[in-house]
Amino acid sequence: MLLQALAFYVFAFVVMASAAMVVVSRNPVYSVLFLILAFFNAAALFVLIGAEFIAMILVIVYVGAVAVLFLFVVMMLDINLTQLREGFLKYLPVGALIGVVLLAEILLALGVIGGDSTSLTALAKAGPQVQAVDNTRAIGRVLYTQYFYLFQVAGVVLLVAMIGAIVLTLRSRPGVRRQRISDQLYRPKDQAVTVVKVPSGEGVR
Amino acid sequence: MIADLIHFFTTNWLGQGIVILAQCLAVTVPLLVAVAYMTYVDRKVWASIQLRRGPNVVGPFGLLQPFADGLKLVLKETIIPSSANGVLFIIAPMIAFMTALVAWAVVPFDDGWVIADINVGILYLFAISSLGVYGIIIAGWASNSKYAFLGALRSAAQMVSYEVSIGFVLITVLLCVGSLNLSKVVLAQSGWFWNWFWLPLLPMFVIFFVSALAETNRTPFDLPMSEAELVAGFHTEYSSMTFGLFFLGEYANMILLSALGAVLFLGGWMSPVPYAPFTWIPGVVWFALKIAFLLFVFSWTKGTLPRYRYDQLMRLGWKVFLPVSLAWVAITAAVLQFGGWLPKP
Repeated sequence: MLLQALAFYVFAFVVMASAAMVVVSRNPVYSVLFLILAFFNAAALFVLIGAEFIAMILVIVYVGAVAVLFLFVVMMLDINLTQLREGFLKYLPVGALIGVVLLAEILLALGVIGGDSTSLTALAKAGPQVQAVDNTRAIGRVLYTQYFYLFQVAGVVLLVAMIGAIVLTLRSRPGVRRQRISDQLYRPKDQAVTVVKVPSGEGVR
Repeated sequence: MIADLIHFFTTNWLGQGIVILAQCLAVTVPLLVAVAYMTYVDRKVWASIQLRRGPNVVGPFGLLQPFADGLKLVLKETIIPSSANGVLFIIAPMIAFMTALVAWAVVPFDDGWVIADINVGILYLFAISSLGVYGIIIAGWASNSKYAFLGALRSAAQMVSYEVSIGFVLITVLLCVGSLNLSKVVLAQSGWFWNWFWLPLLPMFVIFFVSALAETNRTPFDLPMSEAELVAGFHTEYSSMTFGLFFLGEYANMILLSALGAVLFLGGWMSPVPYAPFTWIPGVVWFALKIAFLLFVFSWTKGTLPRYRYDQLMRLGWKVFLPVSLAWVAITAAVLQFGGWLPKP
């Protein structure tokens, strides 16, 4: 128990510290690396409360894929830091407002404000007992039954975002020679190869 | 006396700590020896493909060659380029090497021979193997060199692409098993060797193996370090043991993905024939043999195939493997559901 509490405080401290470093660090690449550290420690916190499935998904999706692409983009961009810093104070109130909204939502979910009726603990009673089955199975059982339509809607939203991203970035440039594998494979032998009898000392014309 | 010792190692936190440390050493020390000899076997296999002898001078049959190479790497000077980012430059090879080692915590060597028998073993392995790319990207960026950076970018795009199809391969296997625990994956394949998943899921086994080649940056997908265009790719600026860690990490990753392939498709520690003389051989030997077989295929492809062009690599990953594996997930799910073979929870 003592060890668990100690682990919690270590992970929580590193999450907070690295989240702060994401904002204040001067180099955007460092920011992304600190973001990855924050993801990792958040995953460790999930493991501590026994939500190992969510912890692993957090690492796979965010650390393994999303942050790689972040890093990819940030390393390639030539970001001017002084330009970025100029807007810092201007956007601070907006950021603070978003922070307050998120804090209020968390407090609402925990039942600190609004009482027990809206809190997650009340909602959690409706789900399967986590102790009885492992939590991968538990999530599957509610996700594909109780929340099936919401799950489908989330999928559609992602699909729309994906199509949007493709439409925004797809441009057909004329004059670019592309490799068409099917054309290559369908080309018959007589068009591809000619057998030439080479006379000695003359070569092929 | 013995009861006291058992009590100490099972209840006392110090005793438990010692047991865990011993378990970790029992996995990593043979693994590092295996990595060292994998470099030797690799060179021997290429040599025989090219009708050469390979390393044969240091020790009998050249068996001490890996240690000579290691000693050379340790004794060389570590050069850090003056315009490189010092901290990240040093951290990158450590990440590359460490991620290849920590994944072994969940690999079952025999029935019950596993350090951490966790319920999400497959996901853990997948998560850790997707982290290996960070060592490479950070190395490429911290070197502050064009070749290294281009190699790192290629590697990032390549590993992210092939992870997607590996993910679908893992999903089909876990559909057939009904659990994410690696020991249960092996137990689900008990019986004759045609009960192992390589036969019912043959297309996925092929996709897994090719994606494993891409994931470990091996030929024909070794574009991140293609010497013809990028000098040495992401580790151009690295020397001595910082390079050595990348090299060892690459081989440890190869062994890891071979082990994963053996667990998922070749029945892990199971013997191919479930009858007496074969079942007397300990499971860990069968497991090692299966890993060795897959590693031989790794060396074989490296000795045989030319390198892919980069757009062909991306085409294969996104336009061939992704649709095929996605379709196979749907087919497997449908067959299991309507054929009544769905694993019992």
